[in-house]
Amino acid sequence: MRDLTDRALNMAQTLGASYADVRVVRRREESISVKTGKVEGVALGETEGFGVRVLVGGAWGFASSHRLELDEADRVAALAVRIAKASATALRRPVVLDDRPPANGTYETPVEEDPFRIALETKITDLLEADKRATSVKGVTFTESMYAAQREWKTFAATDGSYTEQTITHVGSAVEANAIEGDEHQRRSYPDAGGGYRAAGYEFIRSLDLANHAEAYGEEAVALLTAPQLPSGRRTVVLDPSQLYLQIHESCGHPTELDRVFLTEASYAGTSFLTTDKLDSGFRYGSDLITIVADATAPYGMGTFGWDDEGVAAQSVPLIQNGILVGYLSSRETAPRIGRQSGGAMRADGWNRIPLIRMTNVSLMPVPGKSLDDIVADTDDGLYLASNRSWSIDDRRLNFQFATEVAYEIKGGKKGKLYKNPTYTGITYEFWRSCDAVGDASSWVMLGTPNCGKGEPGQTGHVGHGVSGARFQDVQVGVGKW
Amino acid sequence: MTDVTATHLSPDEAAAEALALAEDILGRAQRVGATEAEVLVTTDDSALTRFANSEIHQNVAESSRTVNLRFVAGKRIAVMSSGRTDVEGIRSLVNRASAVVRTCEELEDWAGLPKPSTAGSLVQMVGAWSDATAGASPELRAEAVRAVIAAADEAGVNAFGSFATSAEAIAVANSAGIRESQSRTTAQLITVHMSPGGGNGYAESASTDASTIDAAALGREAAAKARASDNAVSLPPGDYPVVLEEYAVIDITDYLGYLGFSALAVQEDRSFFEPGRKVGSDLVSLVDDGGDAAGLPMAFDYEGVRKQRVPLLDAGVCREVVHDSQTAARAGTTSTGHGLPAPNPYGPFPLNSVMAAGTTPRDELIAGLDRGLLVTRFHYTNTVHPKLAIITGMTRDGTFLVEGGKIVGPVRNLRFTQSYLDAIAGVSAVASTRKTLRGFLGSAVVPAVRIDAWTFTGATEH
Repeated sequence: MRDLTDRALNMAQTLGASYADVRVVRRREESISVKTGKVEGVALGETEGFGVRVLVGGAWGFASSHRLELDEADRVAALAVRIAKASATALRRPVVLDDRPPANGTYETPVEEDPFRIALETKITDLLEADKRATSVKGVTFTESMYAAQREWKTFAATDGSYTEQTITHVGSAVEANAIEGDEHQRRSYPDAGGGYRAAGYEFIRSLDLANHAEAYGEEAVALLTAPQLPSGRRTVVLDPSQLYLQIHESCGHPTELDRVFLTEASYAGTSFLTTDKLDSGFRYGSDLITIVADATAPYGMGTFGWDDEGVAAQSVPLIQNGILVGYLSSRETAPRIGRQSGGAMRADGWNRIPLIRMTNVSLMPVPGKSLDDIVADTDDGLYLASNRSWSIDDRRLNFQFATEVAYEIKGGKKGKLYKNPTYTGITYEFWRSCDAVGDASSWVMLGTPNCGKGEPGQTGHVGHGVSGARFQDVQVGVGKW
Repeated sequence: MTDVTATHLSPDEAAAEALALAEDILGRAQRVGATEAEVLVTTDDSALTRFANSEIHQNVAESSRTVNLRFVAGKRIAVMSSGRTDVEGIRSLVNRASAVVRTCEELEDWAGLPKPSTAGSLVQMVGAWSDATAGASPELRAEAVRAVIAAADEAGVNAFGSFATSAEAIAVANSAGIRESQSRTTAQLITVHMSPGGGNGYAESASTDASTIDAAALGREAAAKARASDNAVSLPPGDYPVVLEEYAVIDITDYLGYLGFSALAVQEDRSFFEPGRKVGSDLVSLVDDGGDAAGLPMAFDYEGVRKQRVPLLDAGVCREVVHDSQTAARAGTTSTGHGLPAPNPYGPFPLNSVMAAGTTPRDELIAGLDRGLLVTRFHYTNTVHPKLAIITGMTRDGTFLVEGGKIVGPVRNLRFTQSYLDAIAGVSAVASTRKTLRGFLGSAVVPAVRIDAWTFTGATEH
């Protein structure tokens, strides 16, 4: 591969690039989808190509191709330089990168059972069994179950002498039961909506034990059809990890992306209320119990790697410390603007996309003292919300609204009756400041999503979130007309 | 000097080359035992120039080709995709598909691959291709961006956005005899302008022909809106009549298409759609029309089935839904040409929505508001309740209070939780002009509308 990366880097420098990097990426994917007891799709995909990123006169250019050939490396590098020169015609702040040592080495996701070596029949059988159990529940209208695996081989080389090779493996699976009656459509998903994902091998899929959870989730979907609508009001709310991870994702992960803070995502995903003056002033983001880190070294996280796509070594970056804003997700270009070094959060969705600041594993750290069960037991009157159903947040990440698949009433420290169509809403910092309990390590689990969208052209990111569950006070629930 | 052009092929040559590759792979699949096979080849040369803080900060180009092979053995089906189209890559693709398919479960209700359309030879889509878009250079995109920025500078605001151009060739060949190919181009410019006074504005245009996009005019539109929305004030949430600009209306047509007008949604009983059911006002008529040159035309779907014009809503009444070959077989009908690439558990979708224009001059829509809101567009919308089509989201980039038919001033952004079915039932006026835009579900041609009631459920700080 070095001949191709050298060729591209040499051409870029010859044509005037002050800095260039090249990523060669091969991605293999496998997915199985089952619907109501039938295998609807078995798909195997493979894509490979390379992308060249150059700095010319302080302006960026990027070009990419699926043809892994030396003459194509010349063409693509030259195109990247031409594009950078076009960028320079509308440039106001020339790009300055931080200093970092050249990156060299290899990294591989630890995997016990290679998902691509497990027989396809085994994976289909496992998924069918789970799906059929959900389908067998009386009142379930249809089921959807999925398995997905992805492996990416990635070579990174830069004009500063960096050269790294990484092999990243992610797997995920889920079973989902849907019950429909009249206008009512209820859904329960295990392990959570969208699926349980990890940087791991097939051992993670086995540990989910989908088949032995499927019926209970099907039964709950059916029970929700006749459950009362969650009334509107202000309530104490306990968020299960299956919902809390997305709350962190939307209301902490995205607003701490430093490119959003500097407005470079303004036209698409939006900006952030966590402006840099708030870093300087020690903005109170949440209660003292809230400590959130972006840790690209965390086991099992889909944001775990050896180096980011700028060759910055994986590290753990504090974002919120005891409720106070202390850091951002950053890049080599953005970090110097706040007087820091890159935190290593630049990630690209394949060979044909530029790296952007993305979440790694943005996790709420557990607080010793109370387990999640203890928190429920300690709640006299509240709601327990689990598994996301929809999400929305404004373009500065302040006003959010989530729907969950289910709400359980908490009375006298015990979870009781079901409510359907639960929603809750709030303002990010008010919500996190109202947190008065965070679960300890006993319920802390690494979750994540493979569907984090950002950028133009669109990119989909795999990110992780470690979380244990937490309680919030005086939350508006039951939004809208029903 | 190094030649940086990815391809020198004409649109017809590019389409023919893609089809030849599809036929070659189809033959290989049949020779290794496929009882049926379908090959989809997509070749894409695209570029996007992105700007923020009134400068170009990201600027990218890609050249890609993808092969999607649906390999059928009896009722067992496997789908393989690959970006490798060299001889060894193709051989590997076909051989792996042949091996994998034997491990797959039979799909009991498999009805076979679609057959060729009987409508005669494919008519070249009018307006699907533009040499100006296909030949758009980095310098041309930068020039357009500088025009947007100049408009922002003149108004004392900052510009953010992107200008994208792409040229793609699509070909489908299957064992039932389908042989279709097409080249098409797309260009889109979007811009958000942000004012020091806190105001935001937005403008967008999409077209097959990049030369028809007036970058300076879009820049002026967004700049004027940004200045007009400076110093916005808070407004309590509640029910208000609204005028929705086209940028907001596309969200409604997209969600109705996504939640309701797919045959699979109907077959799974998760759609609001019932033939003959009245869900919208008499003023709301919606079709899916891949042949409408006002949109971004597509000749056939990703199964190679030619696109039919499908009436979705006629004067507010549900008429038909879109089909792919699988949903059509289950319903005992034929595909309308709305299939996505296999495997596709999500079902068919309308990707070329066209909403009928009304008779009200666009500028007069707000004249009908005694007290209500003018909304430029929505942000981060999502489904709260699928069968009732209840959606939540935020307003963005210019929200204004209207009293006595006139704009009083800007208001801070509001959250809504609103049934889009109730929304189209409440449409009381439709603009006589329309815009071509791109949403999350393809392209749409939509007018601005006035709606009698819209439920705002929250507010934010800007």
